[in-house]
Amino acid sequence: MTDSRANTPSVVERTRPVKSGAPVVAAHFLRETAAFVLGEGAIVLVPRAGEARNVSVHDGAILATAADAKRILTGGDDGKVVATDAEGESTILAADAKQRWIDHVAVGPAGALAWSAGREACVRTAKGSERTLEVPSTVGGLAFAPKGLRLAVAHYNGLTLWFANAQSEPERLQWKGSHLDVAVSPDGRFVITSMQEPTLHGWRLADRKDMRMSGYGARVRSLDWSVGGKWLATSGSTQLILWPFQGKDGPMGKAPRILAPAEVQVEVVACHPKQEAVAVGYTDGLVLLVRIEDGAEVLARKGAGAPITALAWSATGAALAVGAEDGEAGVIDLG
Amino acid sequence: MSDKVPVTVLTGYLGAGKTTLLNRILSEPHGQKYAVIVNEFGEIGIDNDLVVGADEEIFEMNNGCICCTVRGDLVRIIDGLMRRKGKFDAIIVETTGLADPAPVAQTFFMDDNVGRKAKLDAVVTVADARWLQDRLKDAPEAKNQIAFADVILLNKTDLVEPDALSEVEARIRGINPYAKLHKTERCRIALPEVLGRNAFDLDRIMEIEPEFLGGDGHHHHDHAHDHAHDHEHEHGHGHAHHHDGGLKHYHDEEMQSVSLKTDRPLDPDKFFPWVQELVQIEGPSILRCKGILSFKDDDQRFVFQGVHMILDGDHQRPWQPGEKRESRIVFIGRKLPMDKIREGFAGCAA
Repeated sequence: MTDSRANTPSVVERTRPVKSGAPVVAAHFLRETAAFVLGEGAIVLVPRAGEARNVSVHDGAILATAADAKRILTGGDDGKVVATDAEGESTILAADAKQRWIDHVAVGPAGALAWSAGREACVRTAKGSERTLEVPSTVGGLAFAPKGLRLAVAHYNGLTLWFANAQSEPERLQWKGSHLDVAVSPDGRFVITSMQEPTLHGWRLADRKDMRMSGYGARVRSLDWSVGGKWLATSGSTQLILWPFQGKDGPMGKAPRILAPAEVQVEVVACHPKQEAVAVGYTDGLVLLVRIEDGAEVLARKGAGAPITALAWSATGAALAVGAEDGEAGVIDLG
Repeated sequence: MSDKVPVTVLTGYLGAGKTTLLNRILSEPHGQKYAVIVNEFGEIGIDNDLVVGADEEIFEMNNGCICCTVRGDLVRIIDGLMRRKGKFDAIIVETTGLADPAPVAQTFFMDDNVGRKAKLDAVVTVADARWLQDRLKDAPEAKNQIAFADVILLNKTDLVEPDALSEVEARIRGINPYAKLHKTERCRIALPEVLGRNAFDLDRIMEIEPEFLGGDGHHHHDHAHDHAHDHEHEHGHGHAHHHDGGLKHYHDEEMQSVSLKTDRPLDPDKFFPWVQELVQIEGPSILRCKGILSFKDDDQRFVFQGVHMILDGDHQRPWQPGEKRESRIVFIGRKLPMDKIREGFAGCAA
């Protein structure tokens, strides 16, 4: 198997190119509109039929982003949390009093959202009530559990689970080291963090049992759950690494499934919303669509350029947004 | 050659003049834009568009290296700054007066995201000519900062007599003979002496001669490997003897350097296991190491450097015709096991 993937079936010709003009750091879909978040403060909105347009949302860099079907949440080094809709309408939701960097944002169930600045994590409900939690060190990552107003906050030496609308004390799960991104499984049974070293750590919430997922060549910077949460797809290697979460023990004692090997690192993974397939973006700009069942591949972008930094599926899976570090981007129509 | 953003680390004990140097760098008409990461907002303001405050967060790595720590705040901030890449030419990190430079340096080797986008240029230490001697006695941080430095500004020279100045200079040389040392008043220095040094670039490990002996080729070749001292000391302040140049020569009780060289080609199958085991075991006491190596049946010069347990090395270039093929290694550290290093290195000959 070579990286050129010369004989791999291709959908490259279905790409609508987008010139974003600046490094892309994330992509989302607001229904049919593809959105490319640029590091330098702007979002490029690409409606399915219509011209792309550039909306400036932060006075500075965008450090974090998350989205639901209606809005993109961004956190900037201007200390602001901003929501932007498909029409390009931006609303400042919060501004840090000390203008600290907004390092992380997350969207939750029932319109809730969260952000963090330094050691403080803040949750805001759809009705606008806010609560703040301070953790022992700078927040490494934020994720909502699928149900309830429960936020997982990663930090140094562990994770804090916080029911933001309850009076109960936040619960601390300890594991030595620096925990960064965090992901809660769609069934709410597992919470996984990526660590400063090339390792994932996990907890089964029923009994707080620890799990370690190791063997990576690089820090894992992209994690995504397959439809229904059967697999956790990850970057951090020159292959797509998929950890099995079907059984009650999750990946404990099991080997990961390893697909789509290449000569360069996987940078970003994004699971298809309807099928057991993963879009995989590599350091050389290659993007493959990989079926989990048998590893079958479809070429979505040729590998001859800057690292892929953003991948996002539309809600139906009919379109895939692809963005790269050099600002090259595109929307691939798979409908 | 590389589009990585260079990062200069400014260290120095409290009050030595770090912020003075920083403001001097920022105010010179160089046309460069800097992003500045500061850990303490001192009394002196910093006049720059892009200043980021950071809480120094030292994170241990769960990789078995007991001295392997990174600065979590730098991992986060450099990642954020890189989103504005193009808005600045270089990054300057001003550490607190009590900071250990090692976790800062290790961040660039341990975090692949940081290492891909930014590169450590040099550790620049500002030392107070008047108070450094006292701090070397009572503040281990100050000694660390001197030992770790690539460039040392011996500052406030106008506040001490010439004798006292050469005394403190000799003390610095007893700890770190390899750094470039500049005597300054109010940190007045030509910026190319502190910025754009490429001190951590393997391609720039050309010479690792003790700097204060530079210019006297005959003498320093003979002398370089004699720095190690394994004789007894009678009291706590080391001792001094005079060199031809008139500069007193001190041995610091705690922090030393050892430089070894050999004309015999080395066997890579002996050298690499030896140096790796050495830094695994002695890593906590080895602050920095560097080497230029000549392996048998190998026409390429091999260079390496290290910070505590982390080693980084590569073939650099072919040996030039007429160039003397010799291997030379330097370790700077705390209570270094000199005999062990010397014997181990001798055992690496092919």
